[in-house]
Order: sequence, then structure tokens, then C-alpha cells
Amino acid sequence: MQSKLKKLTKYQFFWPLMVLLLIILINGIISGGSFFQINIVDGHLYGRLIDILRNGSKLMILATGMTMVLATGGTDISVGSVMAISGAIACCIIDGRLLPSAGGSVAVAVTLALLAGLACGIWNGFLVAKVKIQPIVATMILMVAGRGIAQLVTQGKIVTINSAGYYYINGGYILGLPFPLYIVAFVVLITLLFVKKSAFGLFVESIGCNSTASKFTGIKVDNIKWAIYAFCGLMAALAGLIESAGIKAADCNNCGLMIELDGILAVAIGGTSLAGGRFSIPASLIGALVVQSITTTVLALGIAPEITSVFKAIVVVIICLIQSKEFKEMLTKRFAGKKGKAVAQA
Amino acid sequence: MSTLSVEKKNNKKLSITNISLLITIALLVLTFVVGSLRYDKFGSLSTIFNVFNDNAYLMVVAVGVNFVLLTGGIDISVASTVAFTSVLTAFLLRAGWNPVLAIALVLIISMAVGAGMGVLIQCFKVQPFIATLAGQFLLRGMCTVITIDSIPITDDFFMFMALKKLTIGKAKLYYYVLVALAIIAIAYYVLKFTKFGRNVYAIGGNEQSALLMGLPVARTKILVYVISSFCASLGGLLFSFYTLAGYPLQNMGMEMDAISSCVIGGTLLTGGVGNVIGSAFGVLIQGLIQTIVTYENLNTWWTKVTIAALLCIFIVIQRLLAIRAEKMKAK
Repeated sequence: MQSKLKKLTKYQFFWPLMVLLLIILINGIISGGSFFQINIVDGHLYGRLIDILRNGSKLMILATGMTMVLATGGTDISVGSVMAISGAIACCIIDGRLLPSAGGSVAVAVTLALLAGLACGIWNGFLVAKVKIQPIVATMILMVAGRGIAQLVTQGKIVTINSAGYYYINGGYILGLPFPLYIVAFVVLITLLFVKKSAFGLFVESIGCNSTASKFTGIKVDNIKWAIYAFCGLMAALAGLIESAGIKAADCNNCGLMIELDGILAVAIGGTSLAGGRFSIPASLIGALVVQSITTTVLALGIAPEITSVFKAIVVVIICLIQSKEFKEMLTKRFAGKKGKAVAQA
Repeated sequence: MSTLSVEKKNNKKLSITNISLLITIALLVLTFVVGSLRYDKFGSLSTIFNVFNDNAYLMVVAVGVNFVLLTGGIDISVASTVAFTSVLTAFLLRAGWNPVLAIALVLIISMAVGAGMGVLIQCFKVQPFIATLAGQFLLRGMCTVITIDSIPITDDFFMFMALKKLTIGKAKLYYYVLVALAIIAIAYYVLKFTKFGRNVYAIGGNEQSALLMGLPVARTKILVYVISSFCASLGGLLFSFYTLAGYPLQNMGMEMDAISSCVIGGTLLTGGVGNVIGSAFGVLIQGLIQTIVTYENLNTWWTKVTIAALLCIFIVIQRLLAIRAEKMKAK
């Protein structure tokens, strides 16, 4: 039994999953069970758990890209700005401000917005992989400039749109489940297939552990890093589409504001070291859900939503301590010390 | 490695800072001259003083962050610390506290949070980014626990600090700017001429070596986070002199302004290179660009785009210099 439990705790997603279950359990107790309730209205599922999944979808998508970036030992703090850019481009095309010849086509808007995100990612990747600038500094450039660029696209206005097709990205349902979940499932499946079935995942981990050594073993470190940043940009653009479809507008100042921190937090909660190395995308997804369920919990408890960040802080500290080797050693020493004393007294 | 090559390397590293700093100063002068030629009344002492008046708090914050950056860490909690300080002071003053007591309490709380983050980072090996992220969430959340409204400050001492100014001709320099200048001077002295300052640079250069040399790495690393929080808190006080109010959502994202000021001023985020004078100039150039954008009657987001372009140029220059230094070392 004990050995089985030990094996289970060795999985990277074990502790994050426990935290997630704990948060959900606390919610269930406080709300008296109504938290778990899932109603079916018009063939769609509604309920707090579904809310967490739907609202967490942006973060899950971001976390997928961010995990890979962090696994190479980098960071991308520009994702929030990239979200703003992609939302701005999509909304402006649908509105007809940009490319009136496209006639407000949703497909064109989505494609171009995703391409813009990819371009942002390629720019970041170029700076990191080719010019070899520290990732946090390199992506800081786009973080600062991105919102300005988005404002340039929208001419400094909040562009509201009216397009049922575009709303579907966030508000649609298939088989009773919200559409964003299918986007998440699609993206994650493709990524996992690519990462696990090819040697790519191994390359990424090896770069994260030791970039120089990987280079000498013949891994094309620069190109892989470049591809990963491009991928992260693409994911950010996708998240930006979901966000702007949700609020039915492009709000360059607030779209994805500070979400890069939530994204990095989600990956950190998932147990991927920010210094690079071993990574697990499923664990990051659970991390994203933990972050989202904290937000939902605060709303459900009826506390002022602004206080969410205090809870986030507490959870971050707890999870970091759980994962910290030094903290574990300290604890075991203390317990051992107490036991030793007890034995001595006996 | 012989002492000679260490010295050579140091010289090269310092030259990276100096070149960045020189470019920053040159750009600052150039911007000012261009502005003066382009607009009436731009080229006056009062423009310069106003940049100081508007950015005094950011200078203090940037100086604090610079200490952390020099050790190779990062502190993204400073913007929240600024907001927390001004909200808590406003709240305490409204509750009728003595201003000196209120200021002392606020500074002590901020330093305690800084120490907490330092301990997390040093003793439990939590990544600086994540530990200070927790600090950021905590302080921003505490702001909203205190209040969600803007609290005006009407205290006599704060009014005095907010309104008293030196007047030279038409130019006005508020007293609180002098506090900022004093902090810069002290920080410069500490980094340049004290043991502690040398330790900071040594840890940034190579933490392992610093440890093997017997330097107090743990103490220094925790202390830089305390200093950063202290400076951020002091910056928060200056900010409340500036606005005479405390509002929980103010200064969102300001930590990046502070960090980018340091980078523009020649600080390397890998640690070990940079100085506080550079950070101060980094803040000034951002302030001056903001002034130009206002004069030009452009939207404020042009400031961001310009600063990002500037950041990009500086970072690439630093990188090129570093590559050159590496090549020379290889020879």
C-alpha cells in the first residue's frame, strides 16, 4: 500500500491535483453541495464546475505554450500583450475597420489574428534563440510594446463587434459542453502527440537541463527554442481570441492584463521548474485549473473578488514550499527530532 | 584564473555599463535639445524639474529593484508595494494616526514582506520570480482588503511634503524629490564603497564563487529583497505625496517600468553589472519621452512603443558588447 502511494506521489501532477481536489472539496462543503450541481438547460451543461473549465480554458491554452517555454529554461512575459494584439486584429477585421475587402469574415479574422500571434512568437524566438538575449528581457520588449501596437490597430478605441460566428468561439456548445473546452482538448492532444511520440519533448527537456551539452550532442538548440517561442505566441493569440469573443470586444488595455503571471503561476503550480528541465503539460493544465478555481471560489463565497489575489498568494507559497526540497528536509528533521525526543523520554 | 584576467574581465563588464550609461545620457540630452528646438517653452528648467517631480517615486523604486537585479534575482512585487504603502498610509491617517507612526509602521510591514520573500528565495530555493509574484499578489490583495475606494489624504505633514517646493525662477522642485535624490546618493555610496555593496556585485557575478570566498551570501541575498521592498515602500510614500490619495489599483504593471529603467541604465538582468545612477537616468529618459509625447499631443501609448523600441536597441547593444567581450576573452 505504502509503496503504491509513494509511486503515486511521484507523478508530477499528484500534488497539484490534490490541491485542486482540496479547493473543490472546500467549495463543496461551504456551498452545501450546490457547488457540484450541474444543470442541463437547453441541452447545455451549466454549473460551477463547468464554469471553472470554461473560464479556465484561456489559461489552460496559455499554460500549454508556457510549459514548453519554461521547460527550456526561458520565460515569455509577453503573452498578455500578444492576446491584446490578436483580439484587436480579429475584432477590427470583423468590424470592417481593417481589411474591409474581407467583408468581416470570421475565418479571415481568426486566421490573421493567429498569424499575428505566430509572428510575435517568432520575433520573441528570434531575440532569444538567435540574438541570445535573456528570455525575460527579450519578451519584455514585446510586453511593453504589444499593448501599444494593439492600440495602434484599434486606433485607441474599444472595438465592439456583433458577430454570432465569432461569439461561438467562447459561448458555443457542442454536445452540452462549452466550445472552448474542445479547443483546449484539440490543442493539448496535438501538442502531447507531438511531444511524446517524437523526440521533441526529450530535446526540450535536455535543453532545459543543459543547453550547452545538448548542443554538443547535436540537438539544434536554437531552432527548437525558436519554434517553442513561436508556438507560445500562437497559443497566446488563441487565448486572445477566446477572451475577446467572451467580452465581445477588443479591449487593448485590459485584455490579458497580468495574465502572463497567472500562466507562469499555473505552470509552477504544476511542478515544472522555472529553471527548465522536466515538464508535464497535464500537470500545467491542472495548475491552470487550480488558479481558475481559486478565482471561482472567491466569487462563490461572495467575498469581494479583489481579494482573490491574497488567496493566490497563499496557494503559491504553500505549493512552492511543498515542492521545495529544503522545506521537506526541514520538516523531516523536525519530525525526526521530535520522535527522537519522545524516544529519549520514554 | 590569474588576477590579471579577472581584472580585465571586470573592466570589460564595467565598460558595458558605462557605454549604456553614456548612450542613455547622450540620448537624454539629445531628446531634450530636439524637444527644445521643436516646441516653445520646452527648453526650460521647469521641464527638467517637472520630469523629476513626476518620476521621483519611480526613481526610488528603480534604485531598490536595482539591488535585486544586481544579485541576479528579480523583484516583481514593487508596484504592489507602492500601492499597498499609499493605501495603508491613507487609511491609517484617516483613522487619525500620527503621520510618523503611520510611516514607520508601513515601512516596517513592507520590509517584513521583503524579508519573507528573501527567506523563501534563499532558504527554500523558491524562484525569485515566483516568490515575488506571491508577494505581489499578497500586497495587491491586502490593498483591496483595506479598501476598494480611493482614500484622500488630508494630513498636515503630507500636505506639507506634497506642496512645499523650491522655486528657481518659474521652475518648481518639490521637496520630496530631494528625498529621492538622497536615496540615490546613499544607494550609490552603499554599492560602491561598502562591503555589503561589493558582496552584492560578487553574488551577481558568480554566486558559487562568492559562497566559496566566504562571503555572507544568504544574509546579503535576503537583505537585497528587504532593501528593494523598503525602497518600493518609500517610493509609495513619495507617490502619496504626489497624488495625496491611496487607491488599490494604482500602478498596475509599474514593476516593469522600474525593471526596464534599470535595463536602459545598463543593468544586466543576469546580475553583477549596473549601477543606480544608470537606473535614475533610465527613469528620467522615460519621463522625458512621456513629456515629448504629451507635447506632441499624441496618444499615451506612443510612450510605450517608443520605450519598447529604446529597450530593444539597448538590449541589442549590450548583447553585441558582450559577444565582443567573449570573443576577446577567447583570444
